Amino acid sequence: MRTIHTDTIIQNIKEMCIEANLQLSPDMESVIHNASREEDSTLGKQILGQLCENMQIAKEDSIPICQDTGMAIVFVKIGQDVHIEGMPITEAINEGVRQGYEEGYLRKSVVRDPLIRENTKDNTPAIIHYDIVPGEQLELMVAPKGFGSENMSRVFMLKPADGVEGVKASVLQAVKDAGPNACPPMVVGVGLGGDFEKSAILAKTALTRNINEGSTLPHIRAIEEELLKEINQLGIGPGGLGGKTTALAVNIETYPTHIAGMPLAVNICCHVNRHAKRIL
Amino acid sequence: MEKHIQAPITKEEVEKLQAGDYVYITGTIYTARDAAHKRMYEAMLEGQEPPFELTNNIIYYLGPTPAREGQVIGSAGPTTSSRMDKYAPLLMEHGLAGMIGKGKRSAEVLQTMQKETCVYFAAVGGAGALLSKCIKAAEVIAYEDLGTEAIRKLKVENLPVIVVADTAGNNMYETAVEKYLKDIVYK
Repeated sequence: MRTIHTDTIIQNIKEMCIEANLQLSPDMESVIHNASREEDSTLGKQILGQLCENMQIAKEDSIPICQDTGMAIVFVKIGQDVHIEGMPITEAINEGVRQGYEEGYLRKSVVRDPLIRENTKDNTPAIIHYDIVPGEQLELMVAPKGFGSENMSRVFMLKPADGVEGVKASVLQAVKDAGPNACPPMVVGVGLGGDFEKSAILAKTALTRNINEGSTLPHIRAIEEELLKEINQLGIGPGGLGGKTTALAVNIETYPTHIAGMPLAVNICCHVNRHAKRIL
Repeated sequence: MEKHIQAPITKEEVEKLQAGDYVYITGTIYTARDAAHKRMYEAMLEGQEPPFELTNNIIYYLGPTPAREGQVIGSAGPTTSSRMDKYAPLLMEHGLAGMIGKGKRSAEVLQTMQKETCVYFAAVGGAGALLSKCIKAAEVIAYEDLGTEAIRKLKVENLPVIVVADTAGNNMYETAVEKYLKDIVYK
């Protein structure tokens, strides 16, 4: 049994909120730089060049990469041999978000009630996904998610007969519909299987995967590669103004599902695909 | 074509802008996004004056991050314009000359732009740190309680934007993708 105090959790969540909003992970950075070299549309290349310059300014001047510093999505994997001491863990995570968004000069983008729409002014509450795992470690992942791209995300309750073709057609449709609204080049997170809500959580998890790592399942990896190629033939391009760089990656996560169904969730993220992970 | 314009901008100048133009804006523009639009729209429907003069002015769909000490503004990129589609026609009827955002507009907005002579620019989404460098002064002038969504008056210098939809009905989101795909085929 290992004890972790919630003060440690608060401190780490705070730092991760700030870090994720100022600097992309090295894999995301390099894929954007590569795209700016390879894009063949003149305007597209110019836009990708601006994105590279933007990342540099964000880092050097501590200005968030994007003004939409997102809702704080937090994935928590708690080892079953960990004992959390201090305050309730959810309160600790929200306190970390509160401090991070205040001290990091991040935008407060959360409203308390979806209809009344009064800003909570501290970007809480976070959306927290808990998972109990073996061991005595605590893994925290903070993935601030902007809503320009979130709004273009979809869930399709496909039928088993729709097969691979149905999956591909649905993902392509979601990307086409998203077009310029989702700030392309985008990262396409796909959740396939499970049920209605499981597919959506899988899709969000898929966005946090290293962009250079394909699925470990060969048949899924093949679909990821085919979809990326087909998406980049749509011509949407950087900023939606034409080009071959529409998506930087397609990441698919799967889960067993029911004999009657094949849920498919497409969670679209802009090029500011942020996530910071720490293991305590 | 690369162009430099001064804001506010006359309707005659708006008419000269064409979809595809790469434009640098210098002068005074105003920020407003979802909540400010809703409040402004409802006030105007009740016959009240908008919180700033709309005639010949440009609205930037922006909710910035807070400025650090010594900075004018925080990250300052565009938000998705379609959420303002419900409100934009009324503002154009009151003289609005330009909108800066990102993403597609409704048919109603595009038609009203032609009728009322208004231009739609896109700024590069997700380049908020870079775009903040073009903002030389920022002042909240209305709806301060809305926080990031308050209306701000901005002084901008060479803010880079692209004309997506012009007063002649051209829409670059429709044409650029087609043109790119055609160019690739002929290569």
